[in-house]
Amino acid sequence: MRTPRFVGVTLIAGLVLSATAACGGDDGVEDTASADLKGVTLEVAGPWSAGGGEQANFQKVLDGFAAKTGAKVNFTSNGDTLITVLSSKIPGGGQPDVAMMPNQGAINDFAKKGWLKPLSADAQKATGDNFAAIWKTLGTVDGTQYAVYFKAANKSTVWYRPKAFEDAGVQPPATWADWVKGAQTIADSGVAPLSIAGADGWTLTDWFENVYLSQAGPENYDKLAKHEIPWTDDTVKAALKTLAELWGKKEFINGGQQGALATDFPTSVVNAFKDPAKAAMVYEGDFVSGVIGENTDAKVGTDALFFPFPAVGSASPVVSGGDAAVILKDSEGAQELVEYLASPEAAELWAANGGMVSPNKNLDLGVYPDDIQRSIAKSVIDAGDNVRFDMSDLAPASFGGTKGAGEWKILQDFLKNPADVDGAAEALEKAAAKAYE
Amino acid sequence: MGTPVIPGAPARPAAHRGRAALTRAGFLIPALVLLGLLVVYPIGYTAWRSLFDADGTSFVGLDNYAEMFTDGATYTALRNNVVWVVVAPSVITVLGLVFAVLTERVRWGTAFKTIMFMPMAISFLAAGVIFTLVYDHAPEKGVLNAVATGVHDTWEAPSPYPGARPRENGPLKASGGGAVAPGKAGEAALLPLVAVSPETQKELRDAAPAAPEPGALTGTVWVDFAPGGAGETGRIDPGEKGMKDVRVEAVVGGKVIASATTGPDGTFRLAGVSGDAEIRLPAENFAPRYGGVDWLGPGLVTPSIIGAYVWMWAGFAMVLIGAGLAAIDRDVLEAARTDGASEFQVFRKITVPMLAPVLIVVVVTLVINVMKIFDLVYVLAPGPVQQDASVLALQMYVRSFGGSDSDQGLGSAIAIVLFLLVLPAMVFNIRRFRRENT
Repeated sequence: MRTPRFVGVTLIAGLVLSATAACGGDDGVEDTASADLKGVTLEVAGPWSAGGGEQANFQKVLDGFAAKTGAKVNFTSNGDTLITVLSSKIPGGGQPDVAMMPNQGAINDFAKKGWLKPLSADAQKATGDNFAAIWKTLGTVDGTQYAVYFKAANKSTVWYRPKAFEDAGVQPPATWADWVKGAQTIADSGVAPLSIAGADGWTLTDWFENVYLSQAGPENYDKLAKHEIPWTDDTVKAALKTLAELWGKKEFINGGQQGALATDFPTSVVNAFKDPAKAAMVYEGDFVSGVIGENTDAKVGTDALFFPFPAVGSASPVVSGGDAAVILKDSEGAQELVEYLASPEAAELWAANGGMVSPNKNLDLGVYPDDIQRSIAKSVIDAGDNVRFDMSDLAPASFGGTKGAGEWKILQDFLKNPADVDGAAEALEKAAAKAYE
Repeated sequence: MGTPVIPGAPARPAAHRGRAALTRAGFLIPALVLLGLLVVYPIGYTAWRSLFDADGTSFVGLDNYAEMFTDGATYTALRNNVVWVVVAPSVITVLGLVFAVLTERVRWGTAFKTIMFMPMAISFLAAGVIFTLVYDHAPEKGVLNAVATGVHDTWEAPSPYPGARPRENGPLKASGGGAVAPGKAGEAALLPLVAVSPETQKELRDAAPAAPEPGALTGTVWVDFAPGGAGETGRIDPGEKGMKDVRVEAVVGGKVIASATTGPDGTFRLAGVSGDAEIRLPAENFAPRYGGVDWLGPGLVTPSIIGAYVWMWAGFAMVLIGAGLAAIDRDVLEAARTDGASEFQVFRKITVPMLAPVLIVVVVTLVINVMKIFDLVYVLAPGPVQQDASVLALQMYVRSFGGSDSDQGLGSAIAIVLFLLVLPAMVFNIRRFRRENT
């Protein structure tokens, strides 16, 4: 414990030094970002609250900007209500200058309403230099770039209990076939291999997206996300059939399918990692590690490890989400702040403290405080342009984001009865057709 | 609530009328302004807002109302509201009546009344949190399921190996929850099972092969899964555990001819068997553990929440009815008793009719309260079944403020319908008050 923290501190110290050095150095390259913004005050809103230390970490990033430019930056946390708050503030003109948007669907929505300001050429260039092209595309709506992704979530991680793997004598699988085989062995050893949060429909959509992205490929994934191919397409049915290999066996799931449907996401994590553990693995994004830390005594890194979502097709999928900076007001300094957030130095200020994966490819992976976070980040960076955004977040909320309706509900029904692939595909298509019209 | 009522003033001399009207207005205006601002305007605006779409920009007429009645979720909420309105007030009133009548007759009535009334001092939110613990599915947390599993396991002992099943490709085949394998007298059978949890295995001893014995069927039931996955299928490898206390039966022609229970090393001996017999491990060995009742599952969630509500409000009904009871003329009761009426007859034919006005007040008050129920449902119903438990007030909140596709037009429409539903009860109450006052 002591060593990494020491390393972190040195890193930050080094960083501050290098930042100052950059500031004093050649001004020609970083013209706007190091502009003198003394006397300028910027308001930033975001979803990060003080609870998990996220707010403090982001504040450090903003302080870095302040130190560099002399501007004063105030951060307001709006938690889960950010979108709602912004939606009511913007029409009244009381919005902050910059917002960190947690949801791609909302970015599209805001852009179409004309609430977002296009990014400056410098900010666009910074995005192009520091990120794989896919991230720039994600921040672009109808040909105009509005957003810079600052923090990424890796939703292609399967978390497991090494003790359970050891007891059963299995290794973390790299392919879907190995995963199914390993699950059988773990089930034979007397432990339910999987804990599935069937009560929270969004975890099921994430399951599907990973399988689909890996099996059908990124091109089909994009088409399906835009509903250019129907959900009755053979690729969808194939993905559902694949899913059923794990979802279809009662002994693979803690509590069986019925039990899974009564399990919410935090409980699914607790079931796998809190003594006495009832399951060996739980699939969800990198934020599982936070849930483990909060609700169990298990230590991430020793009692809880992860492996990348096994490859169904040729490569492991990387399904991602993230928080992106957008400009809500054309105030002085706003463009510079967003450009700064696209830089590796801004990402480093938070990444070094842990709790953040940066999609910035020029960020040195060495800054992450532990191996777990480093490898989570590495798989996002390595996937390059094959990273895909969470499909259900891109879909209309009535299809991809509503409790008890659309994709959530249909995949829950599918989990209840994994034999009915055609029925599920038809139901999905019917719901999608209604939502996308 | 509603529009303030100015009682018809009796006629006065003309000279006074002007001044009196002014004074009256002076007293009324502050109240009118407040009521207008805080009651009339919001109601009016909600009605107006309900005619617009989610953005509040385009006029959609009655579309929101149409959507509301075709939307499955709102229909569920409406149906649940009906259940609430029918069940909760009647149960509470009946319980309150019973408690009030009974507490009149016992010495520690006051103590009982105090305890019964106490839940009224707890907020809905706190009561909701308390009852999430009461109704928790896990028997180690939820008191009701602790009782349910306790009672169940007393009558029916839990199976020793819940979830265990035959080793695939082994001699044992799953059959009706149990397992069967062919057997022959004079031979030792090997019956491999898997999926016994590591915790259970810790308490087991190493398995041993059984000695063949003429005239008997012998064999071993064991966990064919050594820690670490080593070992060969269908063979007793070192470290593999024998399963004790498993019931084994020998079946010939569908009839059980011998039965035994395995010893600590997993071996068993079925005496008096000759020739071929089917070895059966009945389902009772592997039955999944009884998990109690799913109180907050989709089927029971509304009755469960109503139960919590009854717990809170029974005391209120009891106190009101008790007060009514105290006001009843005892002479009538005594007269009836003297005439030979039984206690039950007195209760039914005299007490209840005389209490009718109080009972109506209690029921109407409860109906109004129950229609607006929100907090308990919001706190008690777990996320996935929230929609199954939903009521109109909750639906209104969820539709108006619940996340990315919130629609305050639709929310307003639900609010208006809820208002219209509560209105008759309100009017009834106000009328009654006025009748009583005149």
